[in-house]
Amino acid sequence: MSVLQLAALAAVTVSGTAVALVRDPLRQAIVAGVFGVALALLFFVYQAPDVALSAIVVATVAVPLMVVLTLGRLREEESEGEDEG
Amino acid sequence: MSRRARTVLALAALGALAGLLTWAVTGLPGSGHPPGPNARRVPLLLARERHVANAVNGVTYDLRAADSLGEELILFAAALGAAVLLRTRGRRRSAGAGEHSAATSGALRAFGAALVAPLIVLGSYLVAHGQLTPGGGFQGGVVLAAVVLLVYAAGQQARLRRMKAQPAADVVEAAGAAAFALVGLGGIVFVGALLANFLSYGSLGALLSGGTVPLLSVVTGVEVTGGVALIMLEFMVGEW
Amino acid sequence: MVSVAPYLVAAWLLAVGLWGAITSRHLVHMVLSLGVAQASTYVLLLAIGYRNGATAPIYGDVKPGVPTVDPVVQALTLTDVVVEATVTAVLLALTVQAHRRFGTADPDRLGALRG
Repeated sequence: MSVLQLAALAAVTVSGTAVALVRDPLRQAIVAGVFGVALALLFFVYQAPDVALSAIVVATVAVPLMVVLTLGRLREEESEGEDEG
Repeated sequence: MSRRARTVLALAALGALAGLLTWAVTGLPGSGHPPGPNARRVPLLLARERHVANAVNGVTYDLRAADSLGEELILFAAALGAAVLLRTRGRRRSAGAGEHSAATSGALRAFGAALVAPLIVLGSYLVAHGQLTPGGGFQGGVVLAAVVLLVYAAGQQARLRRMKAQPAADVVEAAGAAAFALVGLGGIVFVGALLANFLSYGSLGALLSGGTVPLLSVVTGVEVTGGVALIMLEFMVGEW
Repeated sequence: MVSVAPYLVAAWLLAVGLWGAITSRHLVHMVLSLGVAQASTYVLLLAIGYRNGATAPIYGDVKPGVPTVDPVVQALTLTDVVVEATVTAVLLALTVQAHRRFGTADPDRLGALRG
């Protein structure tokens, strides 16, 4: 159990806790991206390059994108609701 | 139940869960000594019999290919569900698209345009070389779907609509899922078992090695590209 | 003790993710907390398959016969990562629909789902 593995585990723990504790969804999307990168580092250190590749692509591209687009839609619909009265 | 009562109950329950899990985990053998024969036998089996250099993809598309069939059908159903949920009652979409594309900066447009071709090459490389290096259908498919995101970020939504990107993504995804099932049936026809490896194995390290593994990797790449691109398009461009 | 550290991290991530989902005030926050709970299973699976001093199960410049880690759990985890992202997409689409229907994204104020 090397120092690198312990450091990666610590990074995952801290960023995972941060994702659950940050309340604002927009900020949470950024923190979720950081969590994904920490997970990818953990997967690399555990000798799993395939899994790390999927984690990087999914958690830094797909999930924050969808969250930000969802929040944009929610905001649009709220302002539309106010226009229509 | 009030919010405060729910918080207290959650703390108690999660504390009990964490305690039980800690007790369970300290009884396990530590990480670093896997209990079964998988770590010792499976990569050698795949390298010597199936001539697949990347053991993880060999497991995904050969030894446990039925799992991957199920997983990519989950992806198919999820894309279908997201499309159904997001396509209802669009009101003012077509008016807003023109205003959005004027607001992106020149640097973003230039980078977006410049990176599309390298991303397509990278994604195709990952999909095609799944049996040799880390990669494969799932990862390469998401990278290829990210090309659609890049076009959107460069402000070219109108082009996405004119290209009929959403129907194209529909067709691509369905073609990938159907092709996976057909390869599975080919296993039944030629060997007698679903998703059996029925093509020639080639030699270890060559591009066409592993029988049906590169074929299934490409097919999965097609399906994942279509599915993830469809989901992204539904979120980005909205209703047709 | 140190060698069970990854299992403890997995248990912690599960508990924290569930905590975030239970005490959430916004549906999108709930979805991302569920993502943390999902990540706990990835950590657990990979920790089970790890072998001390072994390398990745990919034969390129590493010749067959060198000790490698378990590839089966890696295969399970990697398909899982991509598929859970699409399930997150469905949950976010449900969030958009719930917001349209009830005018709010606060799970405490959503009404019952009528047929």
